Amino acid sequence: MSLLDIDSLTVRYGDETAIDGLSFTVNAGESVGLVGESGSGKTQTALAILGLLPRNATVTGSIKFDGEELQGAGDRQLDTIRARRISIVFQDPMLALNPYLRIGEQIARILIEHQIAAGRAAGERVIEMLDAVGLPDPGRQSRAYPHQLSGGMRQRAMIASALITEPDLLIADEPTTALDVTVQAQILELLNAIRKNTALLLITHDLGVVAGYCERMLVLERGRLIESGPTRDVFRAPQQAHTRTMLDAAPRMTRQDYPAPASGETLLDVDAVAVSYREPRHGQLHAVRDVDLQLKQGETVAIVGESGSGKSSLVRAILGLIPARSGTVSFCGETLARNAGSRAAEIRRDLQLVFQDPVGSLNPQMRVADIVREPLLVHEKQSSQADGKQRVVDMLEQVGLDDVFLGRYPHELSGGQAQRVAIARALILKPRVLVCDEAVAALDGSVREQILQQLRELQQTSGLSILFISHDLGVVRAISHRVLVMYLGRLVELADNESLFDRPLHPYTKALIDAVPVPDPEVARSAAMLTGEVPSILTPPTGCAFHPRCAYSVDRCARKMPQPRDVAATIVACHRAEELDL
Amino acid sequence: MIALTQIAGRARGNYAITVSGGILAAIAVIAIVAPWLSPNDYLHTDFDNILSSPRFGGGHWFGTDDLGRDLFVRTMMGIQVTLLVALVASFVSLVIGVLYGAIAGYVGGRVDAVMMRIVDTLYALPFIFIVILLMVVFERNFLLIFVAIGAINWLDMARIVRGQTLSLREKEFIEAARLTGVSTFRIIVRHIAPNLIGVVVVYVTLTIPQAILVESFLSFLGLGIQEPQTSLGALVDAGVNQKESASWMLLIPGGLLALILMCFNFLGDGLRDFFDARQSP
Repeated sequence: MSLLDIDSLTVRYGDETAIDGLSFTVNAGESVGLVGESGSGKTQTALAILGLLPRNATVTGSIKFDGEELQGAGDRQLDTIRARRISIVFQDPMLALNPYLRIGEQIARILIEHQIAAGRAAGERVIEMLDAVGLPDPGRQSRAYPHQLSGGMRQRAMIASALITEPDLLIADEPTTALDVTVQAQILELLNAIRKNTALLLITHDLGVVAGYCERMLVLERGRLIESGPTRDVFRAPQQAHTRTMLDAAPRMTRQDYPAPASGETLLDVDAVAVSYREPRHGQLHAVRDVDLQLKQGETVAIVGESGSGKSSLVRAILGLIPARSGTVSFCGETLARNAGSRAAEIRRDLQLVFQDPVGSLNPQMRVADIVREPLLVHEKQSSQADGKQRVVDMLEQVGLDDVFLGRYPHELSGGQAQRVAIARALILKPRVLVCDEAVAALDGSVREQILQQLRELQQTSGLSILFISHDLGVVRAISHRVLVMYLGRLVELADNESLFDRPLHPYTKALIDAVPVPDPEVARSAAMLTGEVPSILTPPTGCAFHPRCAYSVDRCARKMPQPRDVAATIVACHRAEELDL
Repeated sequence: MIALTQIAGRARGNYAITVSGGILAAIAVIAIVAPWLSPNDYLHTDFDNILSSPRFGGGHWFGTDDLGRDLFVRTMMGIQVTLLVALVASFVSLVIGVLYGAIAGYVGGRVDAVMMRIVDTLYALPFIFIVILLMVVFERNFLLIFVAIGAINWLDMARIVRGQTLSLREKEFIEAARLTGVSTFRIIVRHIAPNLIGVVVVYVTLTIPQAILVESFLSFLGLGIQEPQTSLGALVDAGVNQKESASWMLLIPGGLLALILMCFNFLGDGLRDFFDARQSP
């Protein structure tokens, strides 16, 4: 008999159906991936199993856990199951942990509440568990509050609290989506290694994660189960068109045929730019230190790094949104003033930005037509009403939206449509440089693929230069000509796409590439994993900032800061770049 | 701006808004129209009917006061004055408060610090004392009441708007506008202000009853409206003096005052729910 048996589960909110006749089973000890795009009902399924759906949901069907019917069960009955036999790990550990309780205390409460252990024994169990999930110095960390831990450590604590009762089923709802890619790999490995006999229902949008960690997978589309089977079979021969589209859209770290620009004119020249912020009590926070970068006409340069690497600060300084502490940015040979806000209008219109959160970057009170048109009103006051309208329509058409969208408000758009509107607004002034700050990170796989394709086409037709910031190496691989890797505010490696991905010279670049989950169950997971997390930028390590996490570090690395230098047409900041064979 | 018809359509489902809004509208219309239909005017003294109780036959529907004046017409007039004071005072506080708060919040830094310390300083002044002083120094005067009430209400409004603006300023669509080269003034008018409407509308409906109360309080103290003109507060004051012999003089204006206050409060609550629901669809 299977551990979890869901039969024709349907969840409705009024007239809207969130889950439609979903049936599947999870056997004891197995790992099952539940994948789908946003809005496909993944999280609704998890909440339904735990009886956590909001009151206005109408639920029908059956959810049997170990033979016991959970659908419609009261809280008293569910309390004997939840936490004790079924646990859940949520996406954002900061929201899932109580900020007013010490880590150890909140985990111990689970043991006490369920009368598994009490007093000193409970405390010891907690420390044992925290040790098992790899929290360094668990005795001390158990007395820390959630905000004192880093994101990865918090998620480890969350996993400890989920597994401490040795449940039969662990539901992990996008457990690594909020984490950096190197930490994601660590957490997934940990989940897999530590769960022992616990069955895992892993909810994710990332097919790479499923490929690496799940025996079976279920594909949801708009509340319906459209495909299920062993992960290997689904990947090898997907039966449904939607599954195929999702698989095709998954970043594969394969290079697209994407010709380099012919003309070599340098548009943007970033010379030794540094950015620092004043931090109360810590003095200066050096977010970016002396980064050089050139962007040529028609070229896409990607800036890659984990959170805290300074990539966003760097582009904000380039755009003049924040002041650079030192260094210069010149555009077409003309130096941009170092003070924020004092850039000439003409330069402003040549550098435009697309943000990560498509909906947040559009004014909720304005219609699409007005949003796209606003730059024209500012920069081309003389142009007529009719001409402006026509240009808005043309621009929307270029980004693949027809004129029914003109009258819509941002909340009436999907994420992909909103991002197209944001791109249209950025491009309507025909800028020469477009900066994309994680512009596709919030989008589903297939939509992301469309947007990237759109950017490529725009570049091909208009010779646009793109500065593309991303933490997602699959996306970077697909769109960029050259790649700049940053770590703790410094340049680590700058090379063209092929050499960086095929022959990385810096150990950090190599680790980043290896940490990306490959959407192919046949490919063995990379064994060499980056340990530890990004150190605090307030107290960077001495010498090479990466040396504490580097498998190849030698004495010299801790003592001396490596300067960026040319090695085989690549700029790399590593003492051992020549000798290492990565 | 979202079309008004759309807002109206969605607000219709909210009973707090429809019922209290309907009552308020009815009261306002009656207060404006009814005095014309009544045979009496607010000044005329009917010596035959001093302190007569309410009855429908004799022409004095709400009875008369101790000077024989028709209480119905005087109450309607009181409602007009009270609503006018409340609306004008709220409008004054709305304009000053929103502009002041939005500028302080958006510009930020030193400007913000100075502007908000001025607000703090004004807060510290004992309001009633200042009003009494104003009344004593200047003639008692209708305009002064507006100014006095507006002058305290805008402080709260400015604080609320500033707080809201501070969080709006960090939004990406504001940064996008700055990058495009949109001027500060245009950002405040086109991007910040429209997004403040929800909060501001709700807060205005909650300041109106506050303004009504302050006006009534001043009139009750004898500092408000000048006789023979009247307001609900002044009528209640007169009613209190006659409460033994002519209870209607207290109960009718007092009851109407309570009804109006309640309706505004419910309206504010309803609007708050309505705008909250819109922000998180």
